[in-house]
Amino acid sequence: MALSVDDVQRAAHLARIEITAAEAFDVQNKLEGVFRLIERMRAVDTTGIVPMSHAQDVMLPLREDHMSESDPHKRDLYQRNAPAVEDGLYLVPKVIE
Amino acid sequence: MITSSVAELSRSLLARRLSSIELTGSLLDRIETANPTLNAFLTIDREGAMSQAKAADARIAAGTASPLTGIPLAHKDVIMTEGLRTTCGSRMLENFVAPYSAFVAERLARAGMVTVGKTNMDEFAMGSSNENSYFGPVRNPWNTTCVAGGSSGGSAAAVAARLVPAATGTDTGGSIRQPAALSGVCGLKPTYGVCSRYGLVALASSLDTPGVFGQTAEDCALLLNAMAGHDARDSTSLDRPAEDYARQLSENAGAKPLAGVRVGLPREYFGAGAEPDIVDAIETAIAGFRSLGATTVEVSLPNVDHSLPVYYVISPAEASSNLARFDGVRYGHRAAKYDDLTDMYKKTRAEGFGAEVKRRILIGTYVLSHGYYDAYYLKAQQVRRLIADDFRKAYQRCDVIVGPTSPTTAFCIGDNIDDPLKMYLNDIFTIASNLTGTPAISIPCGFDGKGLPIGLQIQGNAFAEAQILNVAHRYQQTTDWHRRVPAGFAP
Repeated sequence: MALSVDDVQRAAHLARIEITAAEAFDVQNKLEGVFRLIERMRAVDTTGIVPMSHAQDVMLPLREDHMSESDPHKRDLYQRNAPAVEDGLYLVPKVIE
Repeated sequence: MITSSVAELSRSLLARRLSSIELTGSLLDRIETANPTLNAFLTIDREGAMSQAKAADARIAAGTASPLTGIPLAHKDVIMTEGLRTTCGSRMLENFVAPYSAFVAERLARAGMVTVGKTNMDEFAMGSSNENSYFGPVRNPWNTTCVAGGSSGGSAAAVAARLVPAATGTDTGGSIRQPAALSGVCGLKPTYGVCSRYGLVALASSLDTPGVFGQTAEDCALLLNAMAGHDARDSTSLDRPAEDYARQLSENAGAKPLAGVRVGLPREYFGAGAEPDIVDAIETAIAGFRSLGATTVEVSLPNVDHSLPVYYVISPAEASSNLARFDGVRYGHRAAKYDDLTDMYKKTRAEGFGAEVKRRILIGTYVLSHGYYDAYYLKAQQVRRLIADDFRKAYQRCDVIVGPTSPTTAFCIGDNIDDPLKMYLNDIFTIASNLTGTPAISIPCGFDGKGLPIGLQIQGNAFAEAQILNVAHRYQQTTDWHRRVPAGFAP
């Protein structure tokens, strides 16, 4: 399964990145070698091998479902990094008429 | 003073032969002089540093100091530092001011370290040359036409040029060890889970590991002592009893301090790939380990060759998910002109991310997309298990695994930038430690014919930090590669 320019365009749409035809071609071209290596990896026999999703074989910890952040002033602090806010709300382009 | 290690500076500070104000002030002067050449720092915080230094001096006078109190430090700009700009080397976060500090930054500050600034890095920690920084490449202090390595290039160069005695970094596929090798300093990547990832801007969550740069293995141990520990805010942080990572270093072990240590030499690391000067330097170092009492044993890691493709499936997959948060709504860059919400996302991300970050997001999105998940992501996780099994078997026969950190020494700026595969191959020896979650250190072990530093990698099994640090420390007691200072930056 070689990566095609169409695959790149489709992934760019899914990832919400605007991409020109020339850029998509460049990405496909530059990643060809990497995907050749990936194809070689896909040929490895992994029958019965449990996927390794984590570096340590430990159970992720569980805790009671309670509120841990209670400082109301943090909203203002966090929103100082936002491109557009009003009355404590994040502003985005209108999505519902 | 400028070329002293953390341990040496600590003794001078505690004995009041030196004040932190004096030390911090002279290092800030050095940083301001050298940075226009090296581009190692993205933010220099003179005011904040001097006030921390003053507090450190007061703490020393009060007799409540830790061994790190008053020692200047730089943080990689992926590590959040409350009130300081944290850019991740990206246009996306050019003006982002961290609202809180990372666990590791908090721990080092609590120990009394003085943060002088934030270091340059490949954008979102994606790269091996620091050329992917939106703010321009870091230059190698040994030859300023060369790269310093990446992604933690700024931290490596800052320690190499003796602008700071120590710096933090993060290592996802080699991002501490490879720049440490190319810049001629020590770089330690601890076991995954030993240092909390809380407050790191995430690249690949199952691989990201905070760590440290220093001149010596001993300094790396001192910093790790302060950085390690359980943190409930990172669900993968391990709850283990605290340990002193420097405990083996002061033991009087006689003329053969490495007696009983079995050094594993994987035949896969010595076959092809590394430059001849590097292979020679590594073999000389191995002879050095033998004369210190270690025995060597050949081991085999038959699946390690697949590390690179496994990494370039898993890491971009996790990155594409983590970087979805940069949408121009809650923080970061937002495009100035757009038609609707989707168009705002697309233009914001097209403008905010650089070429390499976009490539990795696209790889990740592709391998996770409908119909491909099993073929790529699941398959890579299975091969990851095979690689981990190889190491598990090897560590039944040896205590540490030794080889080159990087297949080449520092290359020229611009040389590899148009060929991602060539760039990715820089991490061929380092990636496996991230896939297996095990610790590794790179230490200087010589120079090539062009006068560029060579790095030796010492890998260990999970939680073997104290041992790999000891092996590195004993080597450093009989060599002086780690003491060499680049000619242009000698005090």
